[in-house]
Amino acid sequence: MKINPDKCVACGNCVYVCPVGAIYVDPKINRAVIDQNECVECYACYNGLSSERLNPVLVRTVRKLFQMARLRFDPEPDICPTAAFEPDKLVWPRVVRRAFSDPRATHESTGVQGRGTEEVKTNDVTHRVKQGEVGFTIEFGRPGVGVWFRDIQKMTQALAKANVPFEKNNPLTLLMSDVTTGRLREDVLNEKILSAIVEIKVPVARTEEIVQLVHEVETSIDSVVALGVGTRCDENGEERVVGPILERLGYRLERAKTNTGLGKITNIEAKSPKVEVAVS
Amino acid sequence: MTNTLHRYGNAESFRDDYIVFASPSKGKNDEGSIPKLKKFLEIALPFRPVNIGDPAHGGALRPSRNETVASHWHRDTQPRLRKVIDGIDEPASVAAVFDNIEAAENFLKAVKEADLGLSVNISTSIEGAQKCCKFAGIAPHSVGYSLGFEGKLEKLPNTQILALTTMCGHGMISSSMGKKMIDWVKEGRRTPAEAVTYMARFCSCGIFNPSRAKRILEDARNKME
Repeated sequence: MKINPDKCVACGNCVYVCPVGAIYVDPKINRAVIDQNECVECYACYNGLSSERLNPVLVRTVRKLFQMARLRFDPEPDICPTAAFEPDKLVWPRVVRRAFSDPRATHESTGVQGRGTEEVKTNDVTHRVKQGEVGFTIEFGRPGVGVWFRDIQKMTQALAKANVPFEKNNPLTLLMSDVTTGRLREDVLNEKILSAIVEIKVPVARTEEIVQLVHEVETSIDSVVALGVGTRCDENGEERVVGPILERLGYRLERAKTNTGLGKITNIEAKSPKVEVAVS
Repeated sequence: MTNTLHRYGNAESFRDDYIVFASPSKGKNDEGSIPKLKKFLEIALPFRPVNIGDPAHGGALRPSRNETVASHWHRDTQPRLRKVIDGIDEPASVAAVFDNIEAAENFLKAVKEADLGLSVNISTSIEGAQKCCKFAGIAPHSVGYSLGFEGKLEKLPNTQILALTTMCGHGMISSSMGKKMIDWVKEGRRTPAEAVTYMARFCSCGIFNPSRAKRILEDARNKME
């Protein structure tokens, strides 16, 4: 993302809307600029700010006059008055910043918008997490901190060392050069993103081990981690297995996402098993 | 939709926050799902959702590329629910947000009766979800718990800002914006109702809860943490 200096009037509205604080008004040029190292290409500025298309020279003059008279104009805080934001043509590896940060950018690998795959929200049709299993979503960088891939790799390598398999359709797994070691591609390690989710699945018996492993590794990661734990309910719709383990580990379970089980497989191809035709 | 899961707050703070969303699954039930997604949101309308949305186009309040100077005095702040429904053009999760349990319960019951075949989830306090499912006669299939935030917590802002900004789980509402809106409400430069409309426009999938945000801003006006 870039800010066109010919259009920017240094109103400062965009400074506040950047989730990672990468925008500032440079006093040398009196224009807003983006710290490209910190920018995660989330497009919150471009997509979230409304735009006017005012004449920049006129706006600067009016602002200067107001400033001289110590008057403060009280504009709407979510408007860029001159539509100064202009998306860059992103190339590899910087393009991964946008793929993991802009919720409207689709991961070409999975076709899924956002950071992850479908985890337990479609478990009633995918049956990804079965009885006796636990699905973990280990999310980095959210809210508003961001994370470097080199930090995420610390976690993926630790999980791989513990023989934990990664969800194969997760966009992060697809960035691994070696899933058996959890190594990510070398050329993305110095890219910063708003957030990413490692998805794994283990038997219930390994719940405590994984929670403790995450605790140990996150101390060496310069970001925040949000843990999600998904599991199956019993035939009565109750979950009495994983919740008690988490509570024993000291977690207060306040919020959850509950899959109601109303989903059905309706795609014709998915409903009918493939029939192999013998050729004589 | 882990974006609905990690909202900051305790169970009591979710008393006015119920997100019900429908998801098609690629290769399982995505074929022909667009009319069903629209139907899902149509069913929601009589129960007066405080927001609805889809991830491709946004929520009921969206930014505009063609504002005029007049917008500084006469801004359109009306949620456009119909526009959200009409605009759905690809198979992706759609969400309806409610600020009271009665609406969420009745909506879930109506969705069950409609038998759309899409995966339907409710994201709220654990107890709230159990009550809604019980009311609708649903035995939940799976549950995904939020264990909250860990790691370098010193990088996070205060809890009031977190409660506001985590209502866009994709992180599109910045901490600076949350702080600015709290400050503006405290200064009397904007009302809580006006401030929430600015933040809602940044949420790119319409799961931001303006009703809960308004309550948080009103609380913050009296006491900054």
